[in-house]
Amino acid sequence: MIKFLLKGVLRDKNKSLLPIFVVTLGVFLTVLFHSWMTGILEQSIEFNAQFSTGHVKVVTNAYFENKDQKPNDLALINVEEIKKKLKNDYPEMVWAERILFGGLIDAPDEKGETKAQGPAAGFGIDMLSEGSKEIDRFNLEKSLKTGSLPNKRNEILISHDFFQKLGIKLGDPVTLISSTMYGGMAFYNFTVAGTVEFGSAAMDRGSIIADIQDVRQALNMEDATGELLGFFKNDYFDQEKADRIIADFNSKYNDPEDEFSPLMVSLRDQSNMAMFVDFADAMGGVISAIFIIAMSLVLWNAGLLGGLRRYGEFGVRLAIGEEKNHLYKTLIYESLIVGIIGSVIGSVAGIGLSVYLENHGFDTSGMMKDATIMMPTVFKAKVTTASYYLGFIPGVLSTTIGSMLAGIGIYKRQTAQLFKQLET
Amino acid sequence: MKQLSILLFLIITSLTGSSQNLTGDQIIEKVDQNMSSENQVFTSKMIVHGRRGDRTIGSKTYAVGEKKAFTEYLYPEREAGTKMLKLEDKLWIYSPSTDRTIQIAGHMLRQSVMGSDMSYEDMMEDATLRDKYNTEIIGSETINGRNCWVLSLTAVVEDVNYYKRKVWIDKERYVPLKEELFAKSGTLLKRTELSNVKEIEGRWFPTRIVFKDMLKKGEGTEFIIEDIKFNVDIPKYLMTKASLRK
Repeated sequence: MIKFLLKGVLRDKNKSLLPIFVVTLGVFLTVLFHSWMTGILEQSIEFNAQFSTGHVKVVTNAYFENKDQKPNDLALINVEEIKKKLKNDYPEMVWAERILFGGLIDAPDEKGETKAQGPAAGFGIDMLSEGSKEIDRFNLEKSLKTGSLPNKRNEILISHDFFQKLGIKLGDPVTLISSTMYGGMAFYNFTVAGTVEFGSAAMDRGSIIADIQDVRQALNMEDATGELLGFFKNDYFDQEKADRIIADFNSKYNDPEDEFSPLMVSLRDQSNMAMFVDFADAMGGVISAIFIIAMSLVLWNAGLLGGLRRYGEFGVRLAIGEEKNHLYKTLIYESLIVGIIGSVIGSVAGIGLSVYLENHGFDTSGMMKDATIMMPTVFKAKVTTASYYLGFIPGVLSTTIGSMLAGIGIYKRQTAQLFKQLET
Repeated sequence: MKQLSILLFLIITSLTGSSQNLTGDQIIEKVDQNMSSENQVFTSKMIVHGRRGDRTIGSKTYAVGEKKAFTEYLYPEREAGTKMLKLEDKLWIYSPSTDRTIQIAGHMLRQSVMGSDMSYEDMMEDATLRDKYNTEIIGSETINGRNCWVLSLTAVVEDVNYYKRKVWIDKERYVPLKEELFAKSGTLLKRTELSNVKEIEGRWFPTRIVFKDMLKKGEGTEFIIEDIKFNVDIPKYLMTKASLRK
């Protein structure tokens, strides 16, 4: 019977084309929307991870207590030893040291006197080691406005606006005035190698980016770092894995009584990321659910309409002696076939476009020129396991249930009145 | 350094004779009047008891009156050769590693001096407390077996670093033995304790001063005067910016 019905569905375009189109469109939009939302939310989390929080981070107990101040006097020491342990214990992760610091950048005139001065927010990252991924994590190549990335010691990048405000040229020396790890005043000369523009007012106001070895020397932080960031090698945050690693590390190496003992924290524990991750999870689910419900209603309605549209046909079939149960069954089977065909086409198309957007993304850099928050400029979708069933199941079920409801009317029809109804 | 100067200024006003009937202002006035040293040269070490351990920083200071001072840091290696020059209300610092002379101004003045519990702002503070504070004797207390007046100084002008001060002054030697500095809200910001009072060139002089920034963790900063000479010849060029790079 299925084969017969399938032929009917495929050959009778009037009966199948519109319902299949509606189901396909609904499923396609559901899959695409889900993949797109998942991609954007995960990307925002990942962007924060790359730039600031890591997937996990190792700091001292005291540093974490005062994390908003980025207090380098509470920095981690014996970093090489800690890194050795981390690499050995957690081979699935890579580690990056960072020192965040504040200070003044002082630009001298020809006589060495202060020509201009301004407050700076500094990032000490590994820019010179072979194989370091920090330049990519900070998106420095794309953010470079003039000059070049530092390729030797004592060279820095400076935000373009700040560079212009100081009235300096590429290759000019500038002096960093800051605090050492021990609280003393620190002075260090740098040469400006290039300027960067991140597209964020906060970052573009007064950022400097230097190699971590220079920052260590400047701030008297030999074998020390403010933060030690850990990233999963596949570049995606996995809360469960992260929790397992954190629990293991802290049970082995953290002493809550020692303020300088290393403490590992998750992305969730920093910069209100817990709220954001939960929000992303909740909102991704809620938005997808709302969309799925809406699409289900549309598809259900399509099923109902399909059933009602064939009111006359059912009358004839009943009149020529087809049983009501058989008629109802064939209606449901036909809807099921329509639902499956539409859902398969919709899912394939939705996943196909999502895969394309996952690989190529949607570049919004042109629209983000004046953005005042740090955001990724290329948005990408993400195909998850859910992408394969989130559209398919409602696509099949709602069409079928719609037809089932519409088909109930078959049992209410009286044989005696069929011809009278058909005459009208 | 300036805060130290204030303390030294108070210290060197050792008075004799009856002083029991003096008012707070008169005590401070006498302290002002008895500021007898035209200049001084002292070698000192500063032991910073930080959260991670102790650091000792040695320096030699040349001071002319209250307005001019030149300090060269002698050790440790990282700080050696760093020089500071105070001329009136301006402060410059020279860093040998960068060969730059930078004027310390604005919010930089709030930074700690070499990681100690003292700020540059403390160093720059004007010693003439009488013009800026209303002084009142609020009691007597004994510190380390010495009878002291307890003076309360409340600011009468806006541009002061500390709204209120409480100073314990040795009644016999006119040496301050303790000082507490308060914010307008009443929060205790800094505490200074002076001890090892010695008679040097006819003056009673504390040679150990402990500064404690009450908002910082740690055990405070010890300032130990190892050697001090008064009224010695200080070359004039030392009090010029050019001397910083020499």
